[in-house]
Amino acid sequence: MARFLARRLVQSLLLVFIIITINFFLLHLAPGDPLARYYHPDIAPETIELMREKLGLDRPLIEQYVKWIWSFARGDFGISLQYNRPVASLLAESIPNTLRLTAGALMLYIIIGVALGITSAVKRYSLFDRVSTVAALFVYSIPSFWLALMLILFFSLKLGLLPSSHMQSIGIEGAGHFAMFVDRLRHIVLPAFVLGVASAAAMARYMRGSMIDVLGEDYIRTARAKGLPDRKVFLKHAFRNALLPVVTIIGLSLPFLLGGSVVIEKIFSWPGMGRLTVDAIHARDYPVVLAVNFIVAVMVILGNLLADIGYACLDPRIVYTRVGESK
Amino acid sequence: MDVLLKVDNLKTVFDTEDGVARVVDGVSFEVGHGETVGLVGESGCGKSVTALSIMRLVQDPPGRIAGGSVLFNGRDLLTIPEREMRKVRGNEISIVFQEPLTSLNPVFTCGEQVREAIALHQKLGRRESKRKAVEMFRLVRIPDPELRYRSYPHQMSGGMRQRVMIAMALSCQPKLLIADEPSTALDVSVQAQIMDLLLELKEKLGMAVLLITHNLAVVAQMVERVLVMYAGVVVEEAPVGGLFAEPLHPYTEGLLESLPKLGAPAGRLSMIPGNVPDPLNLPPGCRFSDRCPRRFDRCLSGEPPMFTVGRRRASRCWLREGGG
Repeated sequence: MARFLARRLVQSLLLVFIIITINFFLLHLAPGDPLARYYHPDIAPETIELMREKLGLDRPLIEQYVKWIWSFARGDFGISLQYNRPVASLLAESIPNTLRLTAGALMLYIIIGVALGITSAVKRYSLFDRVSTVAALFVYSIPSFWLALMLILFFSLKLGLLPSSHMQSIGIEGAGHFAMFVDRLRHIVLPAFVLGVASAAAMARYMRGSMIDVLGEDYIRTARAKGLPDRKVFLKHAFRNALLPVVTIIGLSLPFLLGGSVVIEKIFSWPGMGRLTVDAIHARDYPVVLAVNFIVAVMVILGNLLADIGYACLDPRIVYTRVGESK
Repeated sequence: MDVLLKVDNLKTVFDTEDGVARVVDGVSFEVGHGETVGLVGESGCGKSVTALSIMRLVQDPPGRIAGGSVLFNGRDLLTIPEREMRKVRGNEISIVFQEPLTSLNPVFTCGEQVREAIALHQKLGRRESKRKAVEMFRLVRIPDPELRYRSYPHQMSGGMRQRVMIAMALSCQPKLLIADEPSTALDVSVQAQIMDLLLELKEKLGMAVLLITHNLAVVAQMVERVLVMYAGVVVEEAPVGGLFAEPLHPYTEGLLESLPKLGAPAGRLSMIPGNVPDPLNLPPGCRFSDRCPRRFDRCLSGEPPMFTVGRRRASRCWLREGGG
């Protein structure tokens, strides 16, 4: 296992390098100018050219690349062109918020998806199964931005139950730990739900299919022949086997959630990486966009690695070894 | 001999898109305490479904038990609540399936799968049930039982896996063991070992065995009495010696003739012409009539009942009407 991890780590580093390199060139090839926001009748073009020179944006692309990747490799993400602050400190502010949102969505989607899927499979063709099938398809087909707006309309404006934006109420800091926790929880419910619900619907379908496959296996018959009650047959013998294909899907859903959070954060004014990214792209704030890109690439690779490890933990038949090496 | 299991007019059907398939269509037989009975027939004749029906393990839907009774020690297993039935399964009646690889759960150790049955029925704690499971491994002659207890099914050979299945089935000392083609999926050399083991354990533990097989050679060695099944019904019942000496049903005759014989001149083996009828579309009259070499008018007009012949034999053939 340690060997496997080491090998994966080296592969991942290489992969990340390739991804950020491609990204660097793609970004610079795209039209737009980070200094465009200084175009103004009152600002002399020479001043802008001076700024360009100072920032090194006038140098040949390959030179800019080498300079950037060199500082990047040493952990220096550079200075944001837009905010004139270190990119690292911008990320340090926004990444935890995005992770909080994504983790909330992930939890919601796994719990809802797995529970619905298993119940549907066990009560196959029942009313519950039919309703949840239709509901899953419905939810999956709804664009998330629309769902977000509808939920805000209903829960925030009409009922006034949940806040429509931001991570916490203004001035909540002094109200004590518990009140603050409740306040944050109320703020995260809507965005996490919108972010996770489509995945939950997909998950419910995968889980149902996987569980139905497993329930037809001979070893389920054996478990019943032993005299085990249904609960044990389903939750011990079937569940762990049914989870195997689903673990991969969870790992692959991470980029989906991170990508989705860009839209959701914008709608709910969530001070996370997604909002930072959208704003940075608009401003052609290259260092920020590239750094965010790097973080997302690392998270996706990490998600896949975790899925592989989870897979090995669940299925004893999987042993990670080098080709040609015996266990 | 006291009757342990009495299956009476058991009917199990499967709902298919083309109609209702009567896979087990009125099967009746008895198994005495400590008796070994063979249930023989071609693939698809309903023998496995009969076994699953006794255990109430037929997958529903599409299958369901449509009628009859299964008296086990005088109690009808088809009418007791599911909760009661669970106390019978794996405890009083156990089953060993054909394919040990797919019948064991791949993500749990072999030991755990045996231990679980012991803990469930004997209400033992983890340590005690584990000790008993290792003991069972030793009983079915798995070498290094403590080590093998921690092995996963994929780390074992086919023969060893089937030993695990047998250990699981016998762990609560059932009164009846149903062995559904226990050696069919194994290598020939291992088949004999598994059969010998079953025979030996049967003697040691004194349980009754219902052995389901399509292999007449296995039947000849293992059982006292044979039931021959064809297209969902029992067509002949006989003590094992009598069956081989003088079959009373043309289908049994055909089965015996298709066996290779020692010392006979080499040549093509004889076979029964035609195929097993589709349970959705059974021939009118006798189910075997379309393949039977001794068919006469009567066979096409009505289905024969089971005719008793002598004291211990019976045949579902019009030729035996009046016990002849």
